[in-house]
Amino acid sequence: MPRVWDNFVYNWLAGFLQDWVAFLIMGIVVMAIILNFLALLVMVLQYMDRRLIARFQVRFGPNRVGPSGLLQPIADTIKLLTKEDLRPRLADPLVFTLAPLVVFLGGTLAFAVIPFNRSGFLADLNVGILYIFAITSLGAVGIFMAGWSSNNKYSLFGAMRAVAQLVAYEVPVVVSILGVVLITESLSLVDIVEKRDIPLILLQPLGFLIYLAAATAEVGRPPFDLLEAESELIAGYHTEYNGMRWALLQLGEYVATFAVAAVVTTLFLGGWKGPGPAVLGYVWFMLKALFVYLLILWVRASLPRVRIDQLMGFAWKFLLPLALLNVFITAAEALMWPDFPWLLVPVNIAIALGLVVLWSSLFQLRAYRKVEA
Amino acid sequence: MLAAYAYIGIFLVVAAVFGATVLVLSYVLSFVRIRPRKPETVKGTPYESGMVTLGKTWVQFNVRYYLYALLFVVFDVETVFLYPWAVRFKQLGLFGLVEMTIFIAILLIGYAYAWKRGALEW
Repeated sequence: MPRVWDNFVYNWLAGFLQDWVAFLIMGIVVMAIILNFLALLVMVLQYMDRRLIARFQVRFGPNRVGPSGLLQPIADTIKLLTKEDLRPRLADPLVFTLAPLVVFLGGTLAFAVIPFNRSGFLADLNVGILYIFAITSLGAVGIFMAGWSSNNKYSLFGAMRAVAQLVAYEVPVVVSILGVVLITESLSLVDIVEKRDIPLILLQPLGFLIYLAAATAEVGRPPFDLLEAESELIAGYHTEYNGMRWALLQLGEYVATFAVAAVVTTLFLGGWKGPGPAVLGYVWFMLKALFVYLLILWVRASLPRVRIDQLMGFAWKFLLPLALLNVFITAAEALMWPDFPWLLVPVNIAIALGLVVLWSSLFQLRAYRKVEA
Repeated sequence: MLAAYAYIGIFLVVAAVFGATVLVLSYVLSFVRIRPRKPETVKGTPYESGMVTLGKTWVQFNVRYYLYALLFVVFDVETVFLYPWAVRFKQLGLFGLVEMTIFIAILLIGYAYAWKRGALEW
Protein backbone atom coordinates (compact mmCIF):
# COMPACT_ATOMS: atom_id res chain seq x y z
CA MET A 1 0.00 0.00 0.00
CA PRO A 2 1.54 3.35 -1.00
CA ARG A 3 1.78 5.87 1.76
CA VAL A 4 2.36 9.56 1.88
CA TRP A 5 5.73 9.06 3.59
CA ASP A 6 6.91 6.53 0.99
CA ASN A 7 8.34 9.00 -1.50
CA PHE A 8 11.64 10.45 -2.59
CA VAL A 9 11.39 13.50 -0.32
CA TYR A 10 11.07 11.26 2.70
CA ASN A 11 13.94 9.06 1.52
CA TRP A 12 16.11 12.12 0.97
CA LEU A 13 15.26 13.48 4.41
CA ALA A 14 15.83 10.10 6.04
CA GLY A 15 19.31 10.06 4.49
CA PHE A 16 20.66 12.58 6.98
CA LEU A 17 17.97 12.86 9.66
CA GLN A 18 16.59 10.42 12.15
CA ASP A 19 13.64 8.40 10.99
CA TRP A 20 11.01 10.00 13.18
CA VAL A 21 12.17 13.53 12.37
CA ALA A 22 11.80 12.86 8.65
CA PHE A 23 8.40 11.31 9.34
CA LEU A 24 7.33 14.37 11.30
CA ILE A 25 8.57 16.87 8.70
CA MET A 26 6.86 14.99 5.86
CA GLY A 27 3.61 14.90 7.81
CA ILE A 28 3.64 18.57 8.74
CA VAL A 29 4.38 19.60 5.14
CA VAL A 30 1.43 17.59 3.85
CA MET A 31 -0.81 18.93 6.63
CA ALA A 32 0.17 22.52 5.85
CA ILE A 33 -0.66 21.90 2.19
CA ILE A 34 -4.08 20.47 3.10
CA LEU A 35 -4.91 23.30 5.51
CA ASN A 36 -3.90 26.10 3.16
CA PHE A 37 -5.66 24.38 0.30
CA LEU A 38 -8.86 24.22 2.38
CA ALA A 39 -8.62 27.89 3.42
CA LEU A 40 -8.15 28.97 -0.20
CA LEU A 41 -10.88 26.61 -1.37
CA VAL A 42 -13.35 28.16 1.07
CA MET A 43 -12.62 31.59 -0.44
CA VAL A 44 -13.34 30.21 -3.90
CA LEU A 45 -16.44 28.37 -2.71
CA GLN A 46 -17.81 31.43 -0.97
CA TYR A 47 -17.32 33.56 -4.06
CA MET A 48 -18.91 30.84 -6.20
CA ASP A 49 -21.80 30.56 -3.73
CA ARG A 50 -22.57 34.25 -3.81
CA ARG A 51 -22.28 34.58 -7.56
CA LEU A 52 -24.33 31.48 -8.33
CA ILE A 53 -27.04 32.16 -5.75
CA ALA A 54 -27.28 35.66 -7.18
CA ARG A 55 -27.74 34.20 -10.66
CA PHE A 56 -30.41 31.83 -9.35
CA GLN A 57 -32.23 34.82 -7.88
CA VAL A 58 -31.82 36.95 -11.04
CA ARG A 59 -29.39 39.51 -9.65
CA PHE A 60 -25.69 40.17 -10.13
CA GLY A 61 -23.98 39.33 -6.85
CA PRO A 62 -20.55 40.77 -5.95
CA ASN A 63 -19.08 42.37 -9.09
CA ARG A 64 -17.31 45.55 -7.92
CA VAL A 65 -14.04 44.44 -6.29
CA GLY A 66 -11.66 43.28 -9.01
CA PRO A 67 -12.66 41.80 -12.37
CA SER A 68 -16.21 40.43 -11.97
CA GLY A 69 -15.85 40.60 -8.20
CA LEU A 70 -13.02 38.08 -8.01
CA LEU A 71 -11.20 39.94 -5.24
CA GLN A 72 -14.32 40.10 -3.04
CA PRO A 73 -13.21 37.22 -0.73
CA ILE A 74 -9.88 38.96 -0.08
CA ALA A 75 -11.61 42.25 0.67
CA ASP A 76 -13.97 40.43 3.02
CA THR A 77 -11.08 38.81 4.86
CA ILE A 78 -9.36 42.16 5.38
CA LYS A 79 -12.63 43.66 6.57
CA LEU A 80 -13.14 40.84 9.08
CA LEU A 81 -9.55 41.06 10.32
CA THR A 82 -9.86 44.76 11.11
CA LYS A 83 -13.28 44.67 12.76
CA GLU A 84 -13.70 45.73 16.35
CA ASP A 85 -13.72 42.78 18.71
CA LEU A 86 -17.13 42.72 20.39
CA ARG A 87 -18.18 40.22 22.99
CA PRO A 88 -21.32 40.29 25.14
CA ARG A 89 -20.44 41.32 28.67
CA LEU A 90 -21.97 38.24 30.25
CA ALA A 91 -20.61 35.74 27.75
CA ASP A 92 -18.34 32.95 28.94
CA PRO A 93 -14.99 34.19 27.56
CA LEU A 94 -13.14 30.87 27.29
CA VAL A 95 -15.93 28.81 25.72
CA PHE A 96 -16.92 31.74 23.51
CA THR A 97 -13.41 31.89 22.04
CA LEU A 98 -12.89 28.13 21.81
CA ALA A 99 -16.18 27.39 20.02
CA PRO A 100 -15.13 28.60 16.53
CA LEU A 101 -11.95 26.57 16.86
CA VAL A 102 -13.90 23.40 17.66
CA VAL A 103 -16.28 23.95 14.72
CA PHE A 104 -13.29 24.50 12.44
CA LEU A 105 -11.51 21.37 13.68
CA GLY A 106 -14.62 19.24 13.21
CA GLY A 107 -14.73 19.96 9.50
CA THR A 108 -11.01 20.03 8.85
CA LEU A 109 -9.95 16.82 10.57
CA ALA A 110 -12.24 14.80 8.30
CA PHE A 111 -9.84 15.48 5.43
CA ALA A 112 -7.09 13.52 7.19
CA VAL A 113 -8.46 10.19 5.92
CA ILE A 114 -9.95 11.19 2.56
CA PRO A 115 -7.88 9.93 -0.38
CA PHE A 116 -7.37 12.70 -2.93
CA ASN A 117 -5.43 10.36 -5.20
CA ARG A 118 -4.06 6.80 -5.25
CA SER A 119 -1.41 7.67 -2.67
CA GLY A 120 -2.60 11.19 -1.91
CA PHE A 121 -3.90 10.81 1.61
CA LEU A 122 -2.57 11.71 5.02
CA ALA A 123 -3.59 8.61 6.96
CA ASP A 124 -5.26 5.33 6.03
CA LEU A 125 -7.30 4.31 9.06
CA ASN A 126 -8.92 0.87 9.00
CA VAL A 127 -11.93 2.49 10.70
CA GLY A 128 -11.96 5.51 8.38
CA ILE A 129 -15.74 5.79 8.04
CA LEU A 130 -16.33 5.64 11.78
CA TYR A 131 -13.59 8.24 12.24
CA ILE A 132 -15.36 10.58 9.82
CA PHE A 133 -18.70 10.21 11.62
CA ALA A 134 -17.05 10.81 14.96
CA ILE A 135 -15.02 13.82 13.90
CA THR A 136 -17.77 15.57 11.95
CA SER A 137 -20.06 15.30 14.98
CA LEU A 138 -17.52 17.50 16.77
CA GLY A 139 -19.08 20.39 14.84
CA ALA A 140 -22.28 19.92 16.86
CA VAL A 141 -20.32 20.30 20.09
CA GLY A 142 -18.73 23.48 18.78
CA ILE A 143 -22.08 24.90 17.71
CA PHE A 144 -23.58 24.19 21.10
CA MET A 145 -20.58 25.77 22.81
CA ALA A 146 -21.07 28.89 20.69
CA GLY A 147 -24.80 29.13 21.42
CA TRP A 148 -24.50 28.35 25.10
CA SER A 149 -21.65 30.75 25.88
CA SER A 150 -23.14 33.75 24.03
CA ASN A 151 -25.65 34.50 26.81
CA ASN A 152 -28.29 35.36 24.21
CA LYS A 153 -31.75 33.76 24.07
CA TYR A 154 -31.69 33.33 20.34
CA SER A 155 -28.22 31.85 20.31
CA LEU A 156 -29.37 29.29 22.84
CA PHE A 157 -32.51 28.51 20.79
CA GLY A 158 -30.35 28.04 17.72
CA ALA A 159 -27.92 25.83 19.60
CA MET A 160 -30.70 23.61 21.01
CA ARG A 161 -32.24 23.28 17.58
CA ALA A 162 -28.85 22.52 16.09
CA VAL A 163 -28.25 19.69 18.52
CA ALA A 164 -31.75 18.22 18.02
CA GLN A 165 -31.29 18.41 14.25
CA LEU A 166 -27.78 16.98 14.17
CA VAL A 167 -28.80 14.18 16.51
CA ALA A 168 -31.82 13.33 14.36
CA TYR A 169 -29.87 13.30 11.09
CA GLU A 170 -26.86 11.47 12.46
CA VAL A 171 -28.87 8.22 12.47
CA PRO A 172 -29.84 8.16 8.75
CA VAL A 173 -26.32 9.30 7.81
CA VAL A 174 -24.75 6.39 9.66
CA VAL A 175 -27.27 3.79 8.50
CA SER A 176 -27.22 4.84 4.83
CA ILE A 177 -23.47 4.17 4.56
CA LEU A 178 -23.98 0.56 5.69
CA GLY A 179 -24.91 -0.45 2.13
CA VAL A 180 -21.51 0.71 0.90
CA VAL A 181 -19.77 -1.20 3.69
CA LEU A 182 -21.76 -4.34 2.83
CA ILE A 183 -20.55 -4.16 -0.78
CA THR A 184 -16.90 -3.27 -0.13
CA GLU A 185 -16.43 -5.16 3.18
CA SER A 186 -14.14 -2.46 4.47
CA LEU A 187 -14.30 0.68 6.59
CA SER A 188 -11.10 2.19 5.17
CA LEU A 189 -11.84 4.93 2.64
CA VAL A 190 -8.72 4.02 0.66
CA ASP A 191 -9.89 0.41 0.33
CA ILE A 192 -13.43 1.43 -0.59
CA VAL A 193 -12.21 3.48 -3.54
CA GLU A 194 -9.80 0.84 -4.76
CA LYS A 195 -12.01 -2.20 -4.38
CA ARG A 196 -14.79 -1.48 -6.88
CA ASP A 197 -14.36 -0.42 -10.48
CA ILE A 198 -17.84 1.01 -10.93
CA PRO A 199 -18.93 4.02 -8.90
CA LEU A 200 -21.05 2.78 -6.02
CA ILE A 201 -23.81 5.27 -6.72
CA LEU A 202 -24.99 2.82 -9.39
CA LEU A 203 -25.25 -0.03 -6.87
CA GLN A 204 -26.45 2.20 -4.01
CA PRO A 205 -28.68 4.90 -5.52
CA LEU A 206 -30.98 4.89 -2.49
CA GLY A 207 -28.08 5.11 -0.05
CA PHE A 208 -26.66 8.01 -2.04
CA LEU A 209 -29.91 9.98 -1.96
CA ILE A 210 -30.42 9.38 1.77
CA TYR A 211 -26.83 10.26 2.60
CA LEU A 212 -26.87 13.44 0.53
CA ALA A 213 -30.12 14.69 2.09
CA ALA A 214 -29.17 13.74 5.65
CA ALA A 215 -25.62 15.07 5.41
CA THR A 216 -26.85 18.38 3.99
CA ALA A 217 -29.09 18.66 7.05
CA GLU A 218 -26.25 17.64 9.33
CA VAL A 219 -24.01 20.50 8.27
CA GLY A 220 -27.02 22.83 8.51
CA ARG A 221 -27.12 23.97 4.91
CA PRO A 222 -30.35 25.32 3.44
CA PRO A 223 -33.13 24.13 3.09
CA PHE A 224 -32.31 22.54 6.48
CA ASP A 225 -30.69 25.63 8.04
CA LEU A 226 -33.13 25.94 10.94
CA LEU A 227 -30.28 26.37 13.39
CA GLU A 228 -29.63 29.83 11.94
CA ALA A 229 -33.04 30.71 10.51
CA GLU A 230 -32.72 34.49 10.39
CA SER A 231 -36.46 35.13 10.23
CA GLU A 232 -36.92 33.40 13.60
CA LEU A 233 -33.59 33.41 15.42
CA ILE A 234 -31.65 36.49 14.18
CA ALA A 235 -28.65 34.37 13.19
CA GLY A 236 -28.96 31.42 15.53
CA TYR A 237 -25.87 30.27 17.34
CA HIS A 238 -23.53 32.86 15.78
CA THR A 239 -25.65 35.95 16.56
CA GLU A 240 -23.03 37.36 18.91
CA TYR A 241 -20.03 36.53 16.75
CA ASN A 242 -18.17 39.03 14.62
CA GLY A 243 -14.72 39.66 13.21
CA MET A 244 -12.28 36.81 13.02
CA ARG A 245 -14.23 34.54 15.36
CA TRP A 246 -17.19 34.72 13.00
CA ALA A 247 -14.87 34.13 10.06
CA LEU A 248 -13.56 30.98 11.70
CA LEU A 249 -17.12 29.73 12.32
CA GLN A 250 -17.98 30.40 8.69
CA LEU A 251 -14.78 28.71 7.55
CA GLY A 252 -15.68 25.66 9.61
CA GLU A 253 -19.16 25.54 8.11
CA TYR A 254 -17.89 25.71 4.53
CA VAL A 255 -15.16 23.15 5.20
CA ALA A 256 -17.77 20.81 6.74
CA THR A 257 -19.97 21.17 3.65
CA PHE A 258 -17.05 20.45 1.39
CA ALA A 259 -16.19 17.48 3.61
CA VAL A 260 -19.67 16.12 2.89
CA ALA A 261 -19.03 16.56 -0.83
CA ALA A 262 -15.64 14.83 -0.47
CA VAL A 263 -17.15 11.91 1.45
CA VAL A 264 -19.91 11.49 -1.15
CA THR A 265 -17.23 11.54 -3.86
CA THR A 266 -15.13 8.96 -2.06
CA LEU A 267 -17.92 6.58 -1.10
CA PHE A 268 -20.35 6.85 -3.99
CA LEU A 269 -18.64 8.43 -7.02
CA GLY A 270 -15.42 6.44 -7.16
CA GLY A 271 -13.12 9.01 -5.55
CA TRP A 272 -10.04 9.84 -7.59
CA LYS A 273 -10.79 7.22 -10.27
CA GLY A 274 -11.08 8.42 -13.84
CA PRO A 275 -9.43 8.07 -17.24
CA GLY A 276 -5.99 9.52 -17.83
CA PRO A 277 -2.61 9.34 -16.05
CA ALA A 278 -2.35 8.92 -12.28
CA VAL A 279 -1.70 12.61 -11.58
CA LEU A 280 -5.16 13.43 -12.95
CA GLY A 281 -6.60 11.67 -9.88
CA TYR A 282 -6.47 14.96 -7.96
CA VAL A 283 -8.33 16.71 -10.78
CA TRP A 284 -10.98 14.02 -11.00
CA PHE A 285 -11.49 14.10 -7.27
CA MET A 286 -11.89 17.88 -7.24
CA LEU A 287 -14.24 17.86 -10.23
CA LYS A 288 -16.49 15.25 -8.65
CA ALA A 289 -16.45 16.96 -5.24
CA LEU A 290 -17.26 20.32 -6.80
CA PHE A 291 -20.09 18.70 -8.72
CA VAL A 292 -21.57 17.36 -5.47
CA TYR A 293 -21.08 20.77 -3.88
CA LEU A 294 -22.96 22.36 -6.76
CA LEU A 295 -25.77 19.84 -6.24
CA ILE A 296 -26.07 20.98 -2.62
CA LEU A 297 -26.01 24.60 -3.80
CA TRP A 298 -28.68 23.91 -6.39
CA VAL A 299 -30.96 22.39 -3.75
CA ARG A 300 -30.35 25.44 -1.57
CA ALA A 301 -31.32 27.81 -4.37
CA SER A 302 -34.43 25.85 -5.34
CA LEU A 303 -36.17 24.93 -2.10
CA PRO A 304 -37.59 27.12 0.69
CA ARG A 305 -36.60 26.46 4.28
CA VAL A 306 -38.61 23.65 5.89
CA ARG A 307 -40.58 23.95 9.14
CA ILE A 308 -39.07 22.40 12.27
CA ASP A 309 -41.73 19.68 12.56
CA GLN A 310 -41.26 18.81 8.89
CA LEU A 311 -37.52 18.67 9.45
CA MET A 312 -37.76 16.26 12.37
CA GLY A 313 -40.44 14.16 10.70
CA PHE A 314 -38.32 13.90 7.56
CA ALA A 315 -35.42 12.45 9.52
CA TRP A 316 -37.29 10.03 11.78
CA LYS A 317 -40.21 8.94 9.61
CA PHE A 318 -38.83 9.17 6.09
CA LEU A 319 -35.06 8.79 5.95
CA LEU A 320 -34.59 6.30 8.78
CA PRO A 321 -37.06 3.59 7.59
CA LEU A 322 -35.77 3.93 4.03
CA ALA A 323 -32.17 3.64 5.20
CA LEU A 324 -32.97 0.49 7.19
CA LEU A 325 -34.80 -1.01 4.18
CA ASN A 326 -31.81 -0.17 2.02
CA VAL A 327 -29.51 -2.10 4.37
CA PHE A 328 -31.70 -5.21 4.18
CA ILE A 329 -32.11 -5.08 0.40
CA THR A 330 -28.34 -4.71 0.00
CA ALA A 331 -27.69 -7.56 2.46
CA ALA A 332 -30.09 -9.86 0.58
CA GLU A 333 -28.35 -8.98 -2.68
CA ALA A 334 -24.94 -9.60 -1.16
CA LEU A 335 -26.16 -13.04 -0.10
CA MET A 336 -27.44 -14.00 -3.55
CA TRP A 337 -24.91 -12.27 -5.81
CA PRO A 338 -21.77 -11.77 -3.68
CA ASP A 339 -19.81 -9.96 -6.42
CA PHE A 340 -22.60 -7.53 -7.37
CA PRO A 341 -22.84 -7.94 -11.19
CA TRP A 342 -23.79 -5.10 -13.55
CA LEU A 343 -27.27 -6.61 -13.82
CA LEU A 344 -28.07 -5.25 -10.37
CA VAL A 345 -27.59 -1.63 -11.46
CA PRO A 346 -30.96 -1.13 -13.22
CA VAL A 347 -32.67 -3.27 -10.58
CA ASN A 348 -31.33 -1.13 -7.75
CA ILE A 349 -32.17 2.12 -9.50
CA ALA A 350 -35.72 0.86 -10.04
CA ILE A 351 -36.00 -0.19 -6.38
CA ALA A 352 -34.71 3.19 -5.22
CA LEU A 353 -37.12 5.15 -7.38
CA GLY A 354 -40.05 2.92 -6.43
CA LEU A 355 -39.35 3.16 -2.70
CA VAL A 356 -38.86 6.92 -2.73
CA VAL A 357 -42.08 7.52 -4.67
CA LEU A 358 -44.09 5.04 -2.58
CA TRP A 359 -42.81 6.25 0.79
CA SER A 360 -43.15 9.93 -0.06
CA SER A 361 -46.78 9.44 -1.14
CA LEU A 362 -47.54 7.67 2.16
CA PHE A 363 -45.66 10.32 4.08
CA GLN A 364 -47.55 13.18 2.44
CA LEU A 365 -50.94 11.64 3.10
CA ARG A 366 -50.12 11.33 6.79
CA ALA A 367 -48.93 14.90 7.06
CA TYR A 368 -52.02 16.31 5.33
CA ARG A 369 -54.43 14.24 7.39
CA LYS A 370 -52.83 15.49 10.58
CA VAL A 371 -53.29 19.08 9.50
CA GLU A 372 -56.99 18.56 8.75
CA ALA A 373 -57.74 16.91 12.09
CA MET B 1 -1.38 1.64 11.35
CA LEU B 2 -0.02 3.36 14.46
CA ALA B 3 1.76 5.83 12.21
CA ALA B 4 -1.61 6.78 10.71
CA TYR B 5 -3.01 7.54 14.16
CA ALA B 6 0.12 9.52 14.97
CA TYR B 7 -0.45 11.61 11.85
CA ILE B 8 -4.03 12.32 12.88
CA GLY B 9 -2.86 13.39 16.32
CA ILE B 10 -0.29 15.73 14.79
CA PHE B 11 -2.88 17.00 12.31
CA LEU B 12 -5.15 17.86 15.23
CA VAL B 13 -2.39 19.98 16.78
CA VAL B 14 -1.38 21.63 13.49
CA ALA B 15 -4.99 22.46 12.57
CA ALA B 16 -5.64 23.86 16.08
CA VAL B 17 -2.54 26.05 15.76
CA PHE B 18 -3.71 27.16 12.29
CA GLY B 19 -7.10 28.18 13.68
CA ALA B 20 -5.64 29.82 16.78
CA THR B 21 -3.21 31.85 14.65
CA VAL B 22 -6.14 33.51 12.92
CA LEU B 23 -7.67 34.52 16.25
CA VAL B 24 -4.36 35.70 17.70
CA LEU B 25 -3.54 37.66 14.53
CA SER B 26 -6.71 39.72 14.80
CA TYR B 27 -5.99 40.23 18.51
CA VAL B 28 -2.50 41.52 17.73
CA LEU B 29 -3.90 43.93 15.12
CA SER B 30 -5.74 45.82 17.87
CA PHE B 31 -2.37 46.76 19.43
CA VAL B 32 -0.97 48.29 16.24
CA ARG B 33 -4.11 50.43 15.93
CA ILE B 34 -5.32 48.74 12.74
CA ARG B 35 -8.30 47.27 14.51
CA PRO B 36 -10.46 49.80 16.39
CA ARG B 37 -11.11 49.29 20.08
CA LYS B 38 -13.75 51.53 21.61
CA PRO B 39 -15.58 49.62 24.32
CA GLU B 40 -19.02 50.89 25.33
CA THR B 41 -21.73 49.53 27.61
CA VAL B 42 -24.32 49.13 24.87
CA LYS B 43 -21.95 47.14 22.70
CA GLY B 44 -21.70 44.50 25.43
CA THR B 45 -25.42 43.77 25.62
CA PRO B 46 -27.02 40.77 23.88
CA TYR B 47 -28.16 41.48 20.34
CA GLU B 48 -31.91 41.16 19.82
CA SER B 49 -32.36 43.06 16.57
CA GLY B 50 -32.29 46.42 18.31
CA MET B 51 -34.87 45.73 21.02
CA VAL B 52 -34.05 45.96 24.72
CA THR B 53 -33.54 42.46 26.11
CA LEU B 54 -36.58 41.04 27.87
CA GLY B 55 -36.46 38.37 30.59
CA LYS B 56 -33.53 36.12 31.27
CA THR B 57 -31.45 34.12 28.84
CA TRP B 58 -31.90 30.77 30.53
CA VAL B 59 -35.42 29.99 29.37
CA GLN B 60 -37.03 26.59 29.79
CA PHE B 61 -36.92 24.13 26.92
CA ASN B 62 -39.52 21.70 25.73
CA VAL B 63 -39.17 18.11 26.88
CA ARG B 64 -39.21 16.97 23.23
CA TYR B 65 -35.50 17.77 22.95
CA TYR B 66 -34.71 15.16 25.60
CA LEU B 67 -37.07 12.64 24.01
CA TYR B 68 -35.18 12.92 20.74
CA ALA B 69 -31.89 12.52 22.56
CA LEU B 70 -33.15 9.26 24.08
CA LEU B 71 -34.29 7.97 20.69
CA PHE B 72 -30.92 8.89 19.24
CA VAL B 73 -29.06 6.88 21.85
CA VAL B 74 -31.12 3.78 21.00
CA PHE B 75 -30.42 4.01 17.27
CA ASP B 76 -26.81 5.03 17.64
CA VAL B 77 -26.01 2.04 19.82
CA GLU B 78 -27.69 -0.13 17.20
CA THR B 79 -25.28 1.10 14.53
CA VAL B 80 -22.36 0.08 16.70
CA PHE B 81 -23.58 -3.50 16.20
CA LEU B 82 -24.42 -2.99 12.53
CA TYR B 83 -20.96 -1.90 11.35
CA PRO B 84 -18.91 -4.97 12.32
CA TRP B 85 -21.77 -7.10 11.02
CA ALA B 86 -21.65 -5.32 7.64
CA VAL B 87 -17.88 -5.72 7.31
CA ARG B 88 -18.02 -9.50 7.93
CA PHE B 89 -21.43 -10.10 6.33
CA LYS B 90 -20.30 -12.29 3.41
CA GLN B 91 -18.58 -14.72 5.78
CA LEU B 92 -21.61 -14.91 8.05
CA GLY B 93 -23.97 -15.67 5.18
CA LEU B 94 -27.64 -16.46 5.74
CA PHE B 95 -27.09 -16.83 9.48
CA GLY B 96 -25.96 -13.22 9.68
CA LEU B 97 -28.97 -11.95 7.77
CA VAL B 98 -31.48 -13.86 9.94
CA GLU B 99 -29.77 -12.80 13.12
CA MET B 100 -29.70 -9.14 12.16
CA THR B 101 -33.33 -9.30 11.02
CA ILE B 102 -34.33 -10.48 14.50
CA PHE B 103 -32.22 -7.76 16.12
CA ILE B 104 -33.68 -5.01 13.94
CA ALA B 105 -37.21 -6.43 14.37
CA ILE B 106 -36.92 -6.02 18.15
CA LEU B 107 -35.72 -2.48 17.61
CA LEU B 108 -38.49 -1.75 15.14
CA ILE B 109 -41.11 -2.75 17.73
CA GLY B 110 -39.76 -0.02 19.96
CA TYR B 111 -39.64 2.37 17.01
CA ALA B 112 -43.27 1.61 16.08
CA TYR B 113 -44.28 2.10 19.72
CA ALA B 114 -42.52 5.47 19.85
CA TRP B 115 -44.18 6.49 16.57
CA LYS B 116 -47.62 5.39 17.83
CA ARG B 117 -47.26 7.28 21.10
CA GLY B 118 -46.32 10.42 19.19
CA ALA B 119 -42.68 10.60 20.30
CA LEU B 120 -41.65 11.36 16.73
CA GLU B 121 -44.00 14.35 16.43
CA TRP B 122 -42.37 17.71 16.97
